[in-house]
Amino acid sequence: MAQSDIQPSGLKTPLPPPKHTTSLANWLKENLFTNWRQTLFTLALLSFASWLLYQVGHWVFITADWSVIPPNFKLLLSGQYPVDQLWRLWTGILLFAFLLGLSAGSWKGVMKHVAFFLSLIFLVCLVLPFVAFETRLWLSGAILIMGAGFGLGHYFKIKKPTLLLWIGFITIAGFLLHGFGLLPSVGTNLWGGFLLTLLLASVAIICSFPLGLLLALGRRSKLPAIKYFCIFYIELIRGVPLITILFVAQIMLPLLLGGSVSIDHIVRAMIGLTLFNAAYLAENIRGGLQSIPRGQFEAAHALGLGTPVTTCFVILPQALKAVIPSMVGQFIAIFKDTSLVAIVGLIDLLGMARNIAANPEFIGYQMELFLFVALVFFIFCSILSYASRRIEHSLGVGDR
Amino acid sequence: METMKRIWNNRRAKDTTIQVIFLVVVLAAIAFIVNNVIVGMNRLGMSLDFSFLSRTASFDISGDKLISYSATDSYARAILVGILNTLRVAFIGIILATVLGTIIGIARLSKNWLARTIAKVYVEIFRNTPLLVQMIIWYSAVFLTLPLIESEVTLGNALYFSNRGVAIPWVGDATSATWIWGSVLLIGFIVGLLLYRFKLKQQMALGQNKRPYLWLIGAILFAGIASFLITMQGPFQLSIPAINANGRSYVGGFILSPSFGAILIALVMYTAAFIAEIVRAGILGVNKGQREAAYSLGLKESTALRLVIFPQAYRIIIPPMTNQYLNLTKNSSLGVAVGYPEIVTIGNITLSQSGRAVQMIIVMIACYLLFSILTSIFMNLFNKFTQLKER
Repeated sequence: MAQSDIQPSGLKTPLPPPKHTTSLANWLKENLFTNWRQTLFTLALLSFASWLLYQVGHWVFITADWSVIPPNFKLLLSGQYPVDQLWRLWTGILLFAFLLGLSAGSWKGVMKHVAFFLSLIFLVCLVLPFVAFETRLWLSGAILIMGAGFGLGHYFKIKKPTLLLWIGFITIAGFLLHGFGLLPSVGTNLWGGFLLTLLLASVAIICSFPLGLLLALGRRSKLPAIKYFCIFYIELIRGVPLITILFVAQIMLPLLLGGSVSIDHIVRAMIGLTLFNAAYLAENIRGGLQSIPRGQFEAAHALGLGTPVTTCFVILPQALKAVIPSMVGQFIAIFKDTSLVAIVGLIDLLGMARNIAANPEFIGYQMELFLFVALVFFIFCSILSYASRRIEHSLGVGDR
Repeated sequence: METMKRIWNNRRAKDTTIQVIFLVVVLAAIAFIVNNVIVGMNRLGMSLDFSFLSRTASFDISGDKLISYSATDSYARAILVGILNTLRVAFIGIILATVLGTIIGIARLSKNWLARTIAKVYVEIFRNTPLLVQMIIWYSAVFLTLPLIESEVTLGNALYFSNRGVAIPWVGDATSATWIWGSVLLIGFIVGLLLYRFKLKQQMALGQNKRPYLWLIGAILFAGIASFLITMQGPFQLSIPAINANGRSYVGGFILSPSFGAILIALVMYTAAFIAEIVRAGILGVNKGQREAAYSLGLKESTALRLVIFPQAYRIIIPPMTNQYLNLTKNSSLGVAVGYPEIVTIGNITLSQSGRAVQMIIVMIACYLLFSILTSIFMNLFNKFTQLKER
């Protein structure tokens, strides 16, 4: 392109600017067949891509036997959660859908896109041939209630109550899941499949945020004792793989806390994931803190604000906003990393797939099962990374 | 009361108080934990000494071993086997991931729509699925479903594919020809280097392309042909793999075990997706004017990339790349899920067999911290070397 723009010497009148037409032929010429070398390259790539697509398509639609998924669908998604108590999970999902719709209506933007994708997923599940009638009812209920929430948020713009409702939702969801005696208790040993994956990820994300924030502030503190403690913690955790942290949590946590405290395996994994994620999050937040110009501190101090007030109301809001994209990136990472609990014996989505693959009844179905797992992770991570790109775009990162 | 207030308003006194309180809390927590560990270990009849490391391990490591090891060796030697295996997969993985990631990163910015799209799809797929899932797919759905060794697939009786792994011809024992080959090649290399410098000087003086690197390659090739003519054989005995007489294992050649293959491919494909994004960001981070200036000098696209864009992009690329290398090394710990005998797998076996959980976890953590420190020292040196020299 750059070459052809050069004006031939000896020409008196300058050429008119090249017309930019978006016709198919032009597009093809510009993007695929610029010159003979590009053409050759394109043809080679094209044959490779079509060969790959053919192989994959042939395997997915003809060779693969997806019959392993329907009978295990429930196990993969909610593990051993008792069937007669499943309504509690569905109630939680309905509440979540309503809140998401409400937020999407009030804030628009990224929330709207996420709500749209989620309803799309519900819709796809709805038309899957093997889904039970009851599930279909719940799913359509979730879609409807999300729409209702959207309408409500759209007309009334209730942002603050929505935030409060989200905090309340966490409590209600926990109560619904476990029951705590008021409803028949469902022990954590029965939580499994994708439900467990989601739980581990949400707990790790929610709990590690305040911890990471404190560590980031501590690392920038002027007090050496606090500063070096935070540096030591962050570097120690970041220097070792997550699997060793999980081993420490599983094997050593009971020993560290003394014999009097007994902690459940799932809670141990949650603690490990939280402590791990906090160290990484702290580094993300530190980046944001470092990006705040000195003038902001000086201006706040000149106004007579103390350090805590300055930090909470001047520095943090700006710093956190600047690092939302990298924090979402870290959330995606921890979401993927929850699959490691399958190594220490928890039955999350991956652990469940491994169990089913080892079942003599389903031998030879590894590829189908693990690809299903990969697909579920792929869908959710893609939504998150799409959301992070939208946020990045709307914050104008890189444009200013 | 009044003095209390004065102390509180004194900045240094306030800072000291806060730190003292913080230290007391932290130390109390540590003391609580350490006490619990000691009490707990006493109750379970365990001790905190590391002497078990010299005891006989009495478990065997199948397949991947870089040093000789048998079940009669000590735990310490088993752990050494694990450390070497971690380093092996990390070293090979880092090289391959860098090459693949750079290619895909450049393809992401290609003018060719097809190349751009394929690279983008690659990055999206491999970045958005967990590494462990990928690794298990490679292991249990690809490598373990290869044909049984009894009905192996072979290419010319030199290359074997089976669920026991892939066997390829490899360098065998040294012969008398090895030394001749080595010395002649060394001479060729030195002569080639001298020619290269001479031709480069000429090129600078005359402004004509004298193709110095062709002379270098030519000299080495010439040395290779010469040493073949002198010895009339290859530099090494070639070790060609074959199926063992019992029909259940390979002999000779180089054997890539299924677990090593799975962990290596998964690590490379996964990390390459991240490296591609780093390379892309690095190239985009180079000032646009530099690219335009290079093109306006009439440089070819590839030359501009090699001589103008990349040297500047390095500075942006190296720090996040260091992180990816560290991640790859740490992620090799997932080998425990597919039975690759790296440090965590060996540690895990040792831990459950000897009952020395605390010590083994300390050993594992120490190993990884050492790897991390070594990698970052090396990459920081490299970083300093490539940074812009400013006054």
